[in-house]
Amino acid sequence: MVIAKAGMDGHDRGAKVVARVLRDAGFEVIYTGLYQTPESIVATALQEDADAVGISVLSAAHKHVFSETAREMRQQGLDDVILFGGGIIPPGDVEWLEQQGVRRLFLPGTSGPEIVAWLQQAVSAQRASGSGG
Amino acid sequence: MASAGQGPSERKPAFTNSSGFEIKRLYSGDDVASLDYLRDLGFPGEFPYTRGPQATMYRGRPWTIRMFSGFGSAADTNRRYRYLLDQGQTGLSVAFHLPTLLGYDSDHPRARGEVGKCGVAIDSLADMETLLDGIRLDEVSTSMTINATAIVALCLYVAVAEKQGIPAHKLRGTIQNDILKEYIAQKEWAFPVRPSLRLVVDTFEWCASNMPEWNTISVSGYHIREAGATAAQELAFTLIDGLTYVQEGVNRGLKVDEFVPRLSFFWDLHNDFFEEIAKMRAARRIWAREMKRRYDPRDPRSCTLRAHMQTAGVTLTAQQPLNNVVRVALQALAGVIGGGQSMHTNSYDETYALPTEQAVTVALRTQQILQSETGLTDTIDPFAGSYYVEALTNQMEEAFSRYLERIDAMGGMVKAIEAGFPQMEIADAAMRYQAAIDNREQLIVGVNAYQAEGADAIPILEIDDSLEAEQVARLEQLRARRAPGWRHALEAVRKAAFGGANLVPPILEAVHAYATVGEIMDTLRDVFGEYHDPGYY
Amino acid sequence: MEGPEEHSSLAALLDRALAGDGRSAARLMTLLESDVDATPAIMSRIYPLAGHAQVIGVTGPPGAGKSSLVDKLAAAFRAQGKTVGIVAVDPSSPFTGGALLGDRIRMQGRFSDPGVFIRSMASRGQPGGLAKASQNVVALMAATGKDTVIIETVGVGQEEIDVVRVADTTVVVLVPGLGDAVQTMKAGLLEAADVFAVNKADYEGAERLVKDLELMLHLGSSGSAWSPPIVKTIATEGSGVDQLVGSLAGHFDYLQGSGEYLKRRRRAAVAEIDGVLRGQLMSAIARRVPAFDVYASQVAERKCDPYTAADRILRESGLTAEGLG
Repeated sequence: MVIAKAGMDGHDRGAKVVARVLRDAGFEVIYTGLYQTPESIVATALQEDADAVGISVLSAAHKHVFSETAREMRQQGLDDVILFGGGIIPPGDVEWLEQQGVRRLFLPGTSGPEIVAWLQQAVSAQRASGSGG
Repeated sequence: MASAGQGPSERKPAFTNSSGFEIKRLYSGDDVASLDYLRDLGFPGEFPYTRGPQATMYRGRPWTIRMFSGFGSAADTNRRYRYLLDQGQTGLSVAFHLPTLLGYDSDHPRARGEVGKCGVAIDSLADMETLLDGIRLDEVSTSMTINATAIVALCLYVAVAEKQGIPAHKLRGTIQNDILKEYIAQKEWAFPVRPSLRLVVDTFEWCASNMPEWNTISVSGYHIREAGATAAQELAFTLIDGLTYVQEGVNRGLKVDEFVPRLSFFWDLHNDFFEEIAKMRAARRIWAREMKRRYDPRDPRSCTLRAHMQTAGVTLTAQQPLNNVVRVALQALAGVIGGGQSMHTNSYDETYALPTEQAVTVALRTQQILQSETGLTDTIDPFAGSYYVEALTNQMEEAFSRYLERIDAMGGMVKAIEAGFPQMEIADAAMRYQAAIDNREQLIVGVNAYQAEGADAIPILEIDDSLEAEQVARLEQLRARRAPGWRHALEAVRKAAFGGANLVPPILEAVHAYATVGEIMDTLRDVFGEYHDPGYY
Repeated sequence: MEGPEEHSSLAALLDRALAGDGRSAARLMTLLESDVDATPAIMSRIYPLAGHAQVIGVTGPPGAGKSSLVDKLAAAFRAQGKTVGIVAVDPSSPFTGGALLGDRIRMQGRFSDPGVFIRSMASRGQPGGLAKASQNVVALMAATGKDTVIIETVGVGQEEIDVVRVADTTVVVLVPGLGDAVQTMKAGLLEAADVFAVNKADYEGAERLVKDLELMLHLGSSGSAWSPPIVKTIATEGSGVDQLVGSLAGHFDYLQGSGEYLKRRRRAAVAEIDGVLRGQLMSAIARRVPAFDVYASQVAERKCDPYTAADRILRESGLTAEGLG
């Protein structure tokens, strides 16, 4: 599980809280820190052999960050890695981002257990669909 | 008082607020027995200023409604400012986009996707001239929310004024300039802590002799609280930051009364009504007492804490967004009773995007209703003498003292930041708050209580993505046509950075020569190095 | 479990990883961490190829600035044109099975450099297992062509010393102001140190720490030809890193010039075989002797002593006809 904070803003509260919630739920979480780019996020996901990548964006650069990350992941053959995220994201953009390959976006007010439950389900479904590992 | 163990049962075994103070069933005279009116409260406008920084408070003039806004190009924002000024507003508030805040030009790779999104794109004096075109800078007061690059923004503003023929000493306004809270909470930094502090003191020093009406810093608890701090942590870390700035100025050789009266503060207004009121009252008293104890200044304004306020963005929910209108109103109410000097109210749609004009209008009207319809502005500090509020105010002061002692033991705030102490305290508090919501100890309407299926349909602001290319093109044109003097000016900035000279004059020269924000900041980064996320979590 | 398909896919994974595919290498690392059955096949393929890298261990107490220092070391090696592997090991994760690994935060400069491969590792609950798994990941980094492999771990206990034992050169990072770090330092850690880095050298107490270390090294000098140098660094600013790189090179030269390198390799080989053998023996015994737990209870209740129990277990396992006696 890779949790990354992208965009130029420094609002890392959400990313850190999610990282801790996932750890407490039994996930091994790699937290990358601030100011990640699509390239650095995908390099991390690849090297850490992540099942899923979660990105937090609050700077309104979400369209750029998520779509570029999804594109870079496909290019590197990480099609089977789950891409999800959260932040300040208008509903109209959510749909567009899901078309770009983002599996799920969590908006402000999401509870920890909701994210954990969704991820557990998504990871086990991904593993069952049999992509080695 | 009688023990709470007997009698009818209560909803919970213990009641606490965000700061971890246990709240009693009932407060009485026993809880404030040690309170001495003149020593601990005093009169408004008099030491220790618990009841307010001015003698007449809102009876003289209500708080200033100061709505922070801006996005897009300098020309877009300029049109908005001129409209607002035509409507009778006398203050401007500038939100810069993130690349400017971090000191990168719009064509830097890191700026991709960010240009003009969360504020206005300012790359050089040319953009600043467009932003302020047709506005007489001696007739407005301007607030600029910028920190790591504050010294450059200040110079840009002064340069525009000079081109209008207005000397710096006639300018009024505020620059946020609070770099310590960036390391603690907002994380939008550029250089390591110590050179950053030097830049802050350079602006103190230069403004003390050149811009006497300019507020040189807004020491901010807002971002600390939004990052997850409790009210007591917000209070303590912010005041200790303020005391650190004062000492840095004194170390430079400035006299307290030369620069401390221009310091201002910035509080978050969160959900717990009484806690927020107590926090703001305690802040004034602590500041007055600490300043007196440490420096015994002659100018009473050096002991007076003036505060801007903003409702808590972090309390807004994406679920049932119209409920946010109510949250904002209640938070603003606490701020008014707490006695702040200016306020921004958030818009109900901000969990989705920057606010629409309609949402901003509701937020603005909220303040106008409080000023016009509620009687709140007719008397001063109406909760003084409340057993509960006075007891809470005392507890806030005690919590401050405990943090001050711990941070002093670490060798001061800079050392504490380098060791990650406030950062980790805040991360722990954020985690506790989330856990309280997840296990329903803390109910949030629409989130873990009274949920409703489906989302309320509200209009959302769309931002045009084409701005980035336009801004980059403008920047390229500027670089192609400016006179070559900018290189020499940057060399002067580098020399001053290496030496100890005040950096405002050479940066002012550099912006006049149309060196860009990114170029000036790169020059300083070369000398000072960069700060990297130390990753306390 | 190990159908022919499984085998061939593992072989293909190995082929791709050794041909330079990072994704496949990362997959293999996951297997080395979590799949005991796949480990021997992976190791038999990569081990012969893993001899070329210089392996550097970095350890020290929490908050010493190890990750920042590793970041700066990696940058220095990259500037020499070397490729770098980094294995960041955190044995401190709690019992829930979850872990939160943040070493990458301090290695921001390396993320987008294709010449650097960073892997984070947490303990997955099996004591001692982490040391073995991380050694194997180091070998894989070396086999896939990294010129320098840095293995970093937090802490100063036995487990951490085991983690860095695979290194040719071990750097122990200390900082002023962590109490009487030197006095309370584990003897094993001191022995493990080939180079000391006194980080945050601009802090109060740095000089005293250096003096204390010098005194202790003087007192404890074992007549060895190598006396660990003490390098002062400020990792966040990169100062002292060049000297540190110089000391590392000096130690590597010493190892090779003095024949110590081969001696160390041999000692490490014995330890590696020992570790694998113990693991295999124990799992074989666990498979063959279902009554193991019964013996454990008897020993616990002092109805039997551990020597007698071990003897009986060994007989019962059939691994030897007459015990080891």
